Amino acid sequence: MTVTELARLVDGTIAGPAGAGPQEVRGGYASDLLSDVMAHAQDGDAWITMQRHVNTVAVAQLKNLAAIVIVNGRRPEADMAARAAEHGVPVVTTPLPAFDAAGRLYAAGLRGRGAS
Amino acid sequence: MTEAEFVRAYEIVGADFTNAGRASTSIKETLKNMGLASALIRRVAIAAYEAEMNTVMYARRATMTLHVTPADVTIDVQDEGPGIPDIQLAMQEGYSTATAAMREMGFGAGMGLPNIRRNADQFAITSEVNRGTALVMTVHVG
Ligand SMILES: Nc1ncnc2c1ncn2[C@@H]1O[C@H](COP(=O)(O)OP(=O)(O)OP(=O)(O)O)[C@@H](O)[C@H]1O
Ligand SMILES: [Mg+2]
Repeated sequence: MTVTELARLVDGTIAGPAGAGPQEVRGGYASDLLSDVMAHAQDGDAWITMQRHVNTVAVAQLKNLAAIVIVNGRRPEADMAARAAEHGVPVVTTPLPAFDAAGRLYAAGLRGRGAS
Repeated sequence: MTEAEFVRAYEIVGADFTNAGRASTSIKETLKNMGLASALIRRVAIAAYEAEMNTVMYARRATMTLHVTPADVTIDVQDEGPGIPDIQLAMQEGYSTATAAMREMGFGAGMGLPNIRRNADQFAITSEVNRGTALVMTVHVG
């Protein structure tokens, strides 16, 4: 699915001028621990998290993530939004908690993909 | 050594979370522009990121150097900082001395060094308390 479709499914909005994002969303991973995401997320995953600081953007870049999905109605901090826009990393904000956001995306066909 | 070697060094400043990750992302871009395989780049990116973040979190300053030859990619990280008193303990998954503020940001899972070991074909770490830590990790191209 596209990032625009993902945002619609979680009643979310795409934050910042990064737009819909160039990349197809091919799976998902939910975690608030950065090293856990580095270890287990896969290329093209949407990353569901409470984190909203600038260091999330490097993780998304290094792991080729399709989007960062910030849950519970939290907004990205200003420097995160700026860095994400600079590097074209889509950021979606959703009022849903992580469980519900993941559930909706799973119901729409997204899967976690065999993290070891 | 007769074969061509590409070398680039990055300076990392301790506690500078704003710029943390820039060296690793630059390394990833560099390897991508060289046309190296994406599976190799993924592994180097993970190892580089974890090493970079550890120096940002725990050291005063560090130099991270990327070496690329036709045979392998090596990243060498030398920091000035507190050092690691018990490397075996530090290597254990889940062990962390991250502060509360770092944990709130999602650091401190104690997975960084294990992530490096898992992704590197060769990995060496040496440390001297009150001086610093040195890390060398290599991923084979072939
Ligand atoms: N460069 C370093 N200088 C001093 N201590 C270090 C350094 N790198 C690691 N350590 C020590 O080793 C511990 C384990 O490191 P590791 O990267 O595995 O986990 P972490 O950094 O605590 O958490 P995570 O990487 O999951 O965010 C650290 O908490 C710290 O005590
Ligand atoms: Mg670490």
